[in-house]
Amino acid sequence: MAFLEISNLQKRFGTVDVLKGINLAVEEGGFLVLVGPSGCGKSTLLNTIAGLESITGGEIRINGRTVNNLHPSQRDIAMVFQSYALYPNMSVGQNIAFGMEMRGVPKAERDKAVAGVAKTLQISHLLDRKPSQLSGGQRQRVAMGRALVRDPQVFLFDEPLSNLDAKLRVDMRTEIKRLHQSMKTTIVYVTHDQIEAMTLATQIAVLKDGVLQQFGTPHEIYNNPSNLFVADFMGSPAMNLIPATIEMNGGGVTVVLGRDGLAPLQLKVANDSKLSAHAGREVIFGLRPEAITDMNGADRNSARVVNADCHVEVVEPAGADTYVVTRLGGREVIGRMRSDMQVAPHSTVPFAFNMDKAVFFDPKSELRIA
Amino acid sequence: MAAGTHGATQETAVRTNIFVRALIYAVLIVFAVYYLMPLYVMLVNSVKPLEEIRQGNMMSLPTIFTLEPWRSAWSTAQIGVQPTGLKPYFINSVLMVVPAVAISTLLGALNGYVLTKWKFRGDGIVFGLLLFACFIPFQIVLIPMARLLGLIGLAGSTPGLVLVHVVYGLGFTTLFFRNYYDAFPTELIKAAQIDGAGFFRIFWRILLPSSGPIIVVTVIWQFTNIWNDFLFGASFADFDSQPMTIALNNLVSSSTGVKEYNVHFAGAILAALPTLIVYIVSGRYFVRGLMAGAVKG
Repeated sequence: MAFLEISNLQKRFGTVDVLKGINLAVEEGGFLVLVGPSGCGKSTLLNTIAGLESITGGEIRINGRTVNNLHPSQRDIAMVFQSYALYPNMSVGQNIAFGMEMRGVPKAERDKAVAGVAKTLQISHLLDRKPSQLSGGQRQRVAMGRALVRDPQVFLFDEPLSNLDAKLRVDMRTEIKRLHQSMKTTIVYVTHDQIEAMTLATQIAVLKDGVLQQFGTPHEIYNNPSNLFVADFMGSPAMNLIPATIEMNGGGVTVVLGRDGLAPLQLKVANDSKLSAHAGREVIFGLRPEAITDMNGADRNSARVVNADCHVEVVEPAGADTYVVTRLGGREVIGRMRSDMQVAPHSTVPFAFNMDKAVFFDPKSELRIA
Repeated sequence: MAAGTHGATQETAVRTNIFVRALIYAVLIVFAVYYLMPLYVMLVNSVKPLEEIRQGNMMSLPTIFTLEPWRSAWSTAQIGVQPTGLKPYFINSVLMVVPAVAISTLLGALNGYVLTKWKFRGDGIVFGLLLFACFIPFQIVLIPMARLLGLIGLAGSTPGLVLVHVVYGLGFTTLFFRNYYDAFPTELIKAAQIDGAGFFRIFWRILLPSSGPIIVVTVIWQFTNIWNDFLFGASFADFDSQPMTIALNNLVSSSTGVKEYNVHFAGAILAALPTLIVYIVSGRYFVRGLMAGAVKG
């Protein structure tokens, strides 16, 4: 049995269904990231786990105990809020100790626990200050200290890094990962930033409109998206999603991509019965930018790299790589080439398509075909 | 050349500025004098013997300085039938104002807390009804209120007056606190709930300590209104619970004997003194708090 189990969870505000039957299970010590565009219900889901929102149907179990009707303080959870939610009238030390004070922990014990947590987070010198005297990063640490000191069964993080500037955000991300590795406490983490989700999670749940789109490891989500939404949402730059037709010729399956002024591009893919069933029909062909490269940059372990000349529309050097934009099937298609490739706009250069990484979707149902 | 032209323009700008400034200050000074004139007259005449006032010049400074009118107004002047001075009534006022202000402020804060952080079905209607209290002319409720006070046995007593003022202050205090707490981050309440604090603990430990400015505004507002109230005092108080305002009226409008203007002036200042002190001490917060409420609400 999983440590945190959510089964058929439903939440309704009036007549609006916010969560429509969510099923999730996280092992002890797992790091679950809930990700999705704003309004997808991820924060509501977190609030129902915390007990700050009641649920309309379903069940939430923490370590085998059903917590549906328990008060937030009795669920053995701790939460870090987006705005940090530090009590403005109390010092940092009092903020961290407030939960213990409410539970009647003696003063000496409280002080010891606060000192320990402050040391872990390197905020010992700040304990007497008021939250208003702290910088954003320091406030973030205090908010985490308040959660850590409870030593809960589950940590809940509600977009904790979104109020920090870009550099600090990356630093704190690493810090959260390090804390998780050393403490091994189960974490549920909400974010709309898919890079945060990829870097932190052991498991990702992608939500849209209150429906769970896919639940899996970061690797699964990234490489095997179960539908168009997940494929498009995860990854930056986003996956190339190109309208194409499937053709059978000479026993092999070929993807045909229309091109302006040039003969259609034909890319051979591995024989696949699911794909050949769509022969002669329109599909959406998905390939990530890093699977479209120059010939020397192509993955040598790949069994099926197809080379083809394409017309270059725009070249975007990004330092480590150079993004090259071409047009296939009427869409802009981004490829990622090595930065020392000399590519001029409006020239025609050979592109290498790593067809091992190709995914296909049904344009109507938006579900994965192959 | 260019520099010269530039310099000239600037000089003109500065000169206009000085002229406008002088005008503004002149107008301000005129208004200040205009508004301070009555206070000056009251102060000057309250330290003159009565003969000096009778000689007719209200504006002149005293030739003989005396504090006798103040002493008389405070402890010996004839109020109604008793020669007690204003002292007992001053105490009545304090006994009425302090609990009334404290209770109405606290209840207003509690209302604001519930209306913003513990929303329930129909909370908007409840708030609307409470706001109604701000718009009801007090005269309308005199007779029903007198009946009610009689029924619950508080007629003609200080607790009765406290009750009346609490009830009629609640609309305003609720409005103030609701608007203030509306801008108070709800995540703090959630964090406190997870920390295990209950309804009243959150109120006492988190919300109230963060409400300094709005408490000052509410206290000033309530203090001024209740201290200066005449209607309820005249309608619902007995001889032994009459507030300062009624006593001042009785002092000034007594129809027998000589009109002791110097004593009247001293009494009027005594009656106005507490509100004046409250304003001077915390006036800065008052303006700031009102603005805060206005912008955020």
